[in-house]
Amino acid sequence: MIARRRSAVPDGAADAIPAAASDTIPAVTPGAVPGRVPSAAPHAAGGVAPRGAVAGAASVPPVVELRGASKTHPGPVHALRAVDLTVEAGELLAIVGPSGSGKSTMLNIMGTLDRPTTGTVHVAGWDVGALSDARLSALRARHIGFVFQHFHLSAGRDAVDNVCDGLLYAGVGLRERRARARTALERVGLGHRLGHRPTELSGGEKQRVAIARALVGAPDLLLADEPTGALDTASGKIVMELLHELNAAGTAVCVITHDHDIADSLPRRVRFRDGEVVDDSGRAGSRLPEVGA
Amino acid sequence: MKSPVPLRPARLSARDVLRTGAIGLRTRRTRVVLSALGIAIGIATMIAVVGLSTSSRADLMSRLDRLGTNLLTAEAGRDPYGQEVTLPKNAVAMVQRIGPVQHATATGDVDARIRRSDVVPEERTAGVTAQAARPDLLTALGAKVSRGVWLNRANERLPVTVLGAVAARRLGVTEPGEKIMMNDEYVVVVGILEPIELVPNLDRVALVGFPAAERYFAFDGHPSTVFERSPDSTVEDVRAVLARTVSPGNPVGVKVSRPSDALAAKAATDKGLTALMLGLGAVALLVGGVGVANTMVVSVLERRQEIGLRRALGATRGAVRLQFLTESLLLSALGGLAGAVLGAAATHGFALVQGWTPVVPPWSLGGGLAATLAIGALAGLYPAVRASRLDPTTALNAT
Repeated sequence: MIARRRSAVPDGAADAIPAAASDTIPAVTPGAVPGRVPSAAPHAAGGVAPRGAVAGAASVPPVVELRGASKTHPGPVHALRAVDLTVEAGELLAIVGPSGSGKSTMLNIMGTLDRPTTGTVHVAGWDVGALSDARLSALRARHIGFVFQHFHLSAGRDAVDNVCDGLLYAGVGLRERRARARTALERVGLGHRLGHRPTELSGGEKQRVAIARALVGAPDLLLADEPTGALDTASGKIVMELLHELNAAGTAVCVITHDHDIADSLPRRVRFRDGEVVDDSGRAGSRLPEVGA
Repeated sequence: MKSPVPLRPARLSARDVLRTGAIGLRTRRTRVVLSALGIAIGIATMIAVVGLSTSSRADLMSRLDRLGTNLLTAEAGRDPYGQEVTLPKNAVAMVQRIGPVQHATATGDVDARIRRSDVVPEERTAGVTAQAARPDLLTALGAKVSRGVWLNRANERLPVTVLGAVAARRLGVTEPGEKIMMNDEYVVVVGILEPIELVPNLDRVALVGFPAAERYFAFDGHPSTVFERSPDSTVEDVRAVLARTVSPGNPVGVKVSRPSDALAAKAATDKGLTALMLGLGAVALLVGGVGVANTMVVSVLERRQEIGLRRALGATRGAVRLQFLTESLLLSALGGLAGAVLGAAATHGFALVQGWTPVVPPWSLGGGLAATLAIGALAGLYPAVRASRLDPTTALNAT
């Protein structure tokens, strides 16, 4: 409860946030994530006015919201400089930029694997800075799914067991984990590869297992770090189509990439250079692909 | 208003903890077998040592039970002035008059040189001496005749002898009816005894009857050692009066002893050896533990990406720590189980070869497993803590 309240929010609005957030805690069936109406929740930082307010509707907090987030490594190296970014529920966006532009740092901070040096980060309504390491872990288990360039599958275990790991830390029992892992694998088109080990799968299939592992917990946000970076064009295309499908089913998907072709295929593009956002096609909070295109 | 679902990390069930801990073992089998082997050797050594010493002691105890601990001997020694004490001829009769005494008998030293035959030079006596014995000696000592017959009322007057087991072997006598030479007389061997466990020095002796000894070998008829048995509860009382009874004139010169004490002392000396071997086993176990720790440290280094992934999937530091600690515990428990089986098998094998009843005390199995788990926990603690402290982003990007 501690992190939930945002001090500067007017009373009524503040009360509404946790209630709404609790409603968005994923229903425990994959594939049945309800489509979420993006709405601008009131924000505290500096008394910023609510953006695109939807009065009366149950307000869903943005899945990720960065306010003035900076990350400085000893050196000093400024990996991120005062980044403001809001990702609404159900959005599909690309974070794009050359290597060294701060993309990976963005991934770590949005995924709560790292904390900003200054600024605030909210994920699914929770203030990351106020959460203990253990609660941050629980936040990841419940709200965030990761897909990595190099899959990170466990070599000695079959696809179902690998996908099961995506639910292990959410406190789901083994039998249900298995059932949901099978469903998730079928959903990514691998229903015929359930008992295969990673060594028996192609690169594209491995990445789809990894996607199944990320989506099996029905996260609010799926963070994909160069998901096609290690794949040939055809496999990459299948993976991107899959991410589009997931997004259509309601999950917010954020693809981190240096590939402009991939970025341009997504409705919103946030371009980074030297740790700063240089262009955000959806800055106004709009999810319409036409905006800024 | 609905209260928000609290953000609390899920607790893994015991089954999930075990399954997750076993992943590292399932995927690296050779290494698991090798590092569990170290623990197995340590545990097997300790269990075999305890098992063997227990089996051997149990065997000794059952022998003592069979032989009885109620035999006392009174032996003529020297008085305070260095003079040899001579027991009176009626010493046995006097001992028999002590209330609780059930059997009393005696042997006497006979001065005779014993050879196989007259072609053996006199100075080569083969280390066999002659003693006079009464026919009831066999019953009193619980000794058994291996071949031939024992002394009886008839042959105790004749120039015949019964050989102890060692004496027969040293003289090369295998069958009753053969002759050996005592002084310059041939005597016929009528019987050979089985080893006498309680009084092993009678194994090296050629026994002749009292009357025959007096007649043929100038024996004076005075007993030199008196043997008696009484009920267990009265042994100490009899012991107190035995010296005065057999030698009223000079009780100080009589040495009273309980032959079973020697066997009991043997059991006690084995304990020292057991402790030494246990120490060696503990060293082996410790080395095994270091092996497990080493394996775990390497495992953590190799699996940084997996650790990073698990943190990304929502594992808390505690969950990562628990996973590696469980892996270490499983690894050493595997070794401990194998060691317990090996140790018990070794004990059974060796005990059966020795003709003992194999005994593996349950406490040694329990203790072995407890030691294993303690070692596993100690060996796994440092690597597990290291794994849990890895920064998730660094771990994910590790190569």
